[in-house]
Amino acid sequence: MGVKLLLEKAHVEGIRTYEVYRREGGYRAAEKALKTMSPDDVVEEVKKSGLRGRGGAGFPTGLKWSFLAKPEGIPRHLVCNADESEPGTFKDRYLMEYIPHLLIEGLIISSYALGSNNTYIYIRGEYAWIVDILEQAIQEAKNNGWLGKNILSTGFDCEIYVQRGAGAYICGEETALLESLEGKRGNPRIKPPFPAVQGLWNRPTVVNNVETLSAVVPIINITGEEYAKIGVGRSTGTKLISACGNINKPGVYEIDMTISVEEFIYSDEWCGGIKNGKRLKACIPGGSSVPILPANLLLKTAKGETRYMNYESLNDGGFVSGSMMGSGGFIVLDEDQCIVKHTATLAHFYRHESCGQCSPCREGTSWMDKIFQRLESGKGKMSDIDLLWHIQFNIDGNTICPLGDAAAWPVAAAIRHFRDEFEWHITHAEEAQKRNYGLAHYADPLPIVQ
Amino acid sequence: MAEEIKQEAPKKFKVTIDNISIEVPPGTTILNAARMIGGDIVPPTMCYYTPLKESGGKCRTCLVEVSKGSDKDPRPMPKLVASCRTTVMDGMEVKNITSERALHARQGVVEFLLINHPLDCPICDQAGECDLQDLSYGHGEEGSRLDFPKRTFTKHDLGPYIQLHMTRCIMCYRCVFAADQLTEKREHGVLDRGYHSEIATYIEKALTNDFIGNVIDVCPVGALTDKTFRFKNRVWFTRPEDAHRDCDKCCGKVTLWKRGDEVLRVTARKDQWNEVQTYEDGTVGWICNECRFEKKNTSDWIIEGPTKVSRHSVKSVNHYINMLKPKETIPEVMGRNPKLLLDIHSVSEVNDPSIHLSKINGPATSKTFNKLIENKE
Repeated sequence: MGVKLLLEKAHVEGIRTYEVYRREGGYRAAEKALKTMSPDDVVEEVKKSGLRGRGGAGFPTGLKWSFLAKPEGIPRHLVCNADESEPGTFKDRYLMEYIPHLLIEGLIISSYALGSNNTYIYIRGEYAWIVDILEQAIQEAKNNGWLGKNILSTGFDCEIYVQRGAGAYICGEETALLESLEGKRGNPRIKPPFPAVQGLWNRPTVVNNVETLSAVVPIINITGEEYAKIGVGRSTGTKLISACGNINKPGVYEIDMTISVEEFIYSDEWCGGIKNGKRLKACIPGGSSVPILPANLLLKTAKGETRYMNYESLNDGGFVSGSMMGSGGFIVLDEDQCIVKHTATLAHFYRHESCGQCSPCREGTSWMDKIFQRLESGKGKMSDIDLLWHIQFNIDGNTICPLGDAAAWPVAAAIRHFRDEFEWHITHAEEAQKRNYGLAHYADPLPIVQ
Repeated sequence: MAEEIKQEAPKKFKVTIDNISIEVPPGTTILNAARMIGGDIVPPTMCYYTPLKESGGKCRTCLVEVSKGSDKDPRPMPKLVASCRTTVMDGMEVKNITSERALHARQGVVEFLLINHPLDCPICDQAGECDLQDLSYGHGEEGSRLDFPKRTFTKHDLGPYIQLHMTRCIMCYRCVFAADQLTEKREHGVLDRGYHSEIATYIEKALTNDFIGNVIDVCPVGALTDKTFRFKNRVWFTRPEDAHRDCDKCCGKVTLWKRGDEVLRVTARKDQWNEVQTYEDGTVGWICNECRFEKKNTSDWIIEGPTKVSRHSVKSVNHYINMLKPKETIPEVMGRNPKLLLDIHSVSEVNDPSIHLSKINGPATSKTFNKLIENKE
């Protein structure tokens, strides 16, 4: 059994309410931070912990916080990014739904560290019921003196507001989120200036993921040094993984980043193996936008080493033979799944969610989607594969925000690792249409099931 | 920290673009530094527009490679950057036309811009002064790899002055910024998202603001054109002349596009980057709707003289002012008399080398020449 920091108390009866949360040791970290530590101490503690952003990019949180500009007389803001829309990722929903006070407590500590008196939670529009849960938690925290004016007589004021998005994936990008929060069209801004200098209403702003901010609570509780001891190398602490796909036990798991991918998929403690006794074909280890990996590259790196569930190991080999930790949306595909159909679904998603601001993404994603629809309907041409490769190459890295990259990477990886399945799809169009699944030989050699 | 910045402020930053160095004030963008140098190294732009704040960064045609960040931090930037929105650092080294990566990316962007563009230049009023035309001549490939139907839109009427062709639009947002910054209340904007995003008025309202006509000038393509000039003439057949009038709303300095004595079109004056001119006192030469659409008589205007067309566009055709003719004749260069070439002036009665072509309005016909020759005699 691994270490649990975030979900330790998540299943205690009634933990959603303030009384139970407090009884179980909640708000101890906030009390400790506000009463015994200065804001800089908190930032220092987070730096020591080596906590990395859990939203996808994995940028060190302490470093991000220390970049925050602090001009005199201008308010600063903390914004919690709860616009979790990546296909395959549902860890934040779980966290907010089951243990909302953890996020509120994390927000209070982080707001104190950053000097933010007005803190916002920008939540995905589809999470309508969670808004009520969060607002109730905020109200309870307020009634018990954890929010409002002069918290714990320390002179620190803090208010938390929940803002619902309107269901746009792009608003999970931090600058688009800020635009949307300001009431404008959710178009990503052109950086620089970065939000740490000019963010919400041109004020210095830090945008962090729900899980990142929640992780601040255990860091304060057990100190940064202790937190850094969990995990391995630069991947410290615990990470929530939302596992889904063809596995026996889909769900949200908290791991300490020392277990191997093989163990995570096949162990009964975690995913419990592939459903219906099938074989593993491929897996997207970090949410839909990271490169897909075939079974042989997933369990072992190109050098033949065991691949572990952490930032470095999953990224081993770069994009040629590796992938990314991303946001922790672990999507497993068994031998029956068709990679072309799967990638076509993703291409359609990114076409639909592109904001249309910059040309490579607006035109490129729709072009790729059209080609995939043609492949899927059995009218594909051999030249389409190279064309897809060129389109994704022209999008990758040339757009304003990472959505362009996110649209390009899955296509690139699918073609890189599963090119003959694409070719088979074109040469055996009728058969591909009929049985609607791909080639099974990627699952060979058989992974060892213990 | 703050003091250090203050001390450094008056210093000039040295930036090297394609191995040409220039010193520019801090805060200058890479694009503007390149424009100060001039020539082939200037990245093309489709969405950046100097007089419009916050414009730029969207079309991605001005991508350049930064091979050295600055003297302090010499690491190269991992991604290509939009030169119109990236400010220079001291000692920065930028590669534009010397970077294969940047050129390849630009080629890709041009392809993306063109795949859904209708390519209806033969019937487009913008043809001849279109930024997208210049861009695709310069950086595009011949032929298209797209074999799907192109995107179409429901038509929207923007009122009596402005014609909207949404299929030609490249979503540069310039007209949105122009309406935001020149008019009190913006009545049009970007509707919808992604592939389907379009410029329109949500409630089918005519654009009526006094300065809204400037969106025609800022549009880099033929998406927003002048309804009063629609299908009247081709740009390269018209003769631009600078003119002004006393206008209580705007600066009144315009360019008249004439054919004979007829004023076909009035636009604001453009500089060499095809942007509305900023005058020495800092005012931008935006013009009002009255000047643009209502004053179509020569008597309304005080003509200053022919506009200098310095841009390499098609519209400079037929304006042969200051043209340098080669001093050597063809036999001198070749060393013998050409067999297949013949001097058209020696065999044609229509072409008379003694008549300067700039003196002729529009396309030359034998009638015009005969008249001119008669007059001369």
